[in-house]
Amino acid sequence: MSVDPAPSTVDETAARTSGTATPTGSARRRVPLAGLIALAVLILLAAVPLFVAPFQTSMLARMLIFALLAVSLDLLVGITGLPSLGHAAYFGIGAYTAGLVAKYWTAAAPIPLIAAVVVAAFAAVATGWLAVRSHGVFFLMLTLAIGELIQQLAESWSGVTGGDNGLSGIPAVEVAGEPLSLVGYVYWYVLFFAVLGFTVIWAVSRSPFGAALRGIRDNEPRMRSLGYSPFRYKLAGFTLAGAIAGLAGGLFASQQFALVTPADLGFTTSALALLAVAVGGAGSLWGPAIGAAVVVLIRDVYGPDLDGHGTLVLGIVFIVAVYSLRNGLAGLTTTRFRRRGPPADAAPAPPRDNEATTPDPTTPDPTQATSAVPPTGGLPANRQEGHGVDQGSKGPGTDDPPRHADDPGERRS
Amino acid sequence: MTEWFADNFVSILNGLAIGSLLFILAVGLSLVFGMMDVLNLGHGALYLIGAYVGYQFTGGVSSWSGFLTALAVAAVFGAVAGLILSVATQPLVGRGHLDQALLTLGVALVVAEVISIIFGDDVQNVVAPPGLNESIQVFGNTYPAYRLALIGVGAVLAIIVWLVIEKTSLGALIRASVSDREMVSAVGVDNRKVKAGVFAFGSMLAAVAGVLGGPVYGARTGLDETVLLLALVVIVIGGLGSVRGALIGALVIGQVESLGKALYPDFASFMLFGALALVLIVRPRGLFGSRVGAG
Repeated sequence: MSVDPAPSTVDETAARTSGTATPTGSARRRVPLAGLIALAVLILLAAVPLFVAPFQTSMLARMLIFALLAVSLDLLVGITGLPSLGHAAYFGIGAYTAGLVAKYWTAAAPIPLIAAVVVAAFAAVATGWLAVRSHGVFFLMLTLAIGELIQQLAESWSGVTGGDNGLSGIPAVEVAGEPLSLVGYVYWYVLFFAVLGFTVIWAVSRSPFGAALRGIRDNEPRMRSLGYSPFRYKLAGFTLAGAIAGLAGGLFASQQFALVTPADLGFTTSALALLAVAVGGAGSLWGPAIGAAVVVLIRDVYGPDLDGHGTLVLGIVFIVAVYSLRNGLAGLTTTRFRRRGPPADAAPAPPRDNEATTPDPTTPDPTQATSAVPPTGGLPANRQEGHGVDQGSKGPGTDDPPRHADDPGERRS
Repeated sequence: MTEWFADNFVSILNGLAIGSLLFILAVGLSLVFGMMDVLNLGHGALYLIGAYVGYQFTGGVSSWSGFLTALAVAAVFGAVAGLILSVATQPLVGRGHLDQALLTLGVALVVAEVISIIFGDDVQNVVAPPGLNESIQVFGNTYPAYRLALIGVGAVLAIIVWLVIEKTSLGALIRASVSDREMVSAVGVDNRKVKAGVFAFGSMLAAVAGVLGGPVYGARTGLDETVLLLALVVIVIGGLGSVRGALIGALVIGQVESLGKALYPDFASFMLFGALALVLIVRPRGLFGSRVGAG
């Protein structure tokens, strides 16, 4: 039950979802509308280079790339409940990989991107194998440490990465032997793969696998007692998120005059991605994409007008978003539709999004269990400790027998 | 062995000085997290405020009056900022770490940008007060007197904090809040007051650390992020909510930063976060974190 990071996942997950998805009444009414909006947005985005100046087009390409990074982080933060402060590391790994492949091997269309996805996925498996054992703030710290370590590696391995000067001179992407020299073509290239990456994450979040991730987010002991292995699901989620972040990084390196620097995989980039998720609304997937656009807009468009103090505005947006947009921009729309789960105050993570309210027949609805969990204001400490012990002794390859009874009792009440 | 010790004596002293500074910085962060589950990512910004207050009041001139004024002003600024942060995070209690972390990160971004607007982006040097701004002989090595004083100040503050936490009734209240704040609240103590007090105290120490660290690190943009990461590493290694853990974490990281860089320059940049990752993997709750876990 591991997710293959390679692009072939699309077919697999799509097949799985189409076979199982049975929208309930309320969802059936909403889906066509959402689909129409998505289609309209897609057409609008595709038409952009025809009407907009090259500078704005490349700005929009950067927004798409950052949006893909934010959406992949949302898979971790919003769907799996693992807030990561080091997600930019995989973005940077993808960017460096794609840049190096294009520079020293071939710039032929999907090869640098595939390399970026594969290498980022490997990095995510290796580091995630350690990281997903920890919980809450410790996960935050461990991912921070991993991100910083990878940034240090990029800085000190200057023979390959160019060190602090960054990796420059990346050739333009070639499609069918022709280098993409126009901004508009590069934009379409970015748009195509960004939409592909977004679709993968959306399909995964709608699949039974995504439902299991949400279940783990909401009530891990219960999922374990139902026979799921949280470690393996979380690792798979972490890997997929890392792979998509790598795809975003690969797209970043295929922009015109791309320059990849160690700052692209550092704390600031990770924090901005987290900001985008928070502003947009964790768990909704489309919210973080808009949040990312807002972040790039403030930083790159309005920032120069403010003498480079766009960060000041970002900080204020941050503060306002935390207070007033309880579930981000996405929360503005979804609160109208549903209130089936426990009241938002009781939920440790932002409330689940639309999809979760349409239970999948093949998986038990994990969100039902939430109402039984007392709000403990943060992480229930005993629960964490239980995991450290359980998971620590087990490799990812071993079979995980269902755990019973004692788990819920462990929890502090 | 003695030869090795003599060779690296200066590095070890440097490590102690950095460790002292880190302890002053990190102890407040650790207590606030341990007590209230608030991960204050604005802690580095408080240090930055202190650093620029030190620059403002000494102004590149070595004087005791300026330095002491800077310490007092930074302490007041820090305490007030801590109270504000405490009030600001109050509505977010129960909404998980992420919202609080994001809020304090937003505050940190704003503070750092405002400082950079006021003072510009140049690196500013802060001069140690007279008598401490020269080097002295220590066992045959020349060493800046200020850093020795910093070690002394760090040791004194560590003892004071330890005495307050372990020996006074106020300290007992704080320890009890770290272990089980619901229980403390059930026996009639207003949690918010304890939290505000600890927040103000910890933030005051962070701002004071900014002034104290001025002659060593100066005042520059981006320093807040550097010290925040160092402080986070310290408290995670030591264990969240533990004063002893913060002290030992600070001393360990001080040596990693100084002796480690002197001995293994090629690996120095990996050691800091390598140490963090290693501790988290081996002991997921930090070296002295069990007490929090028991809560």
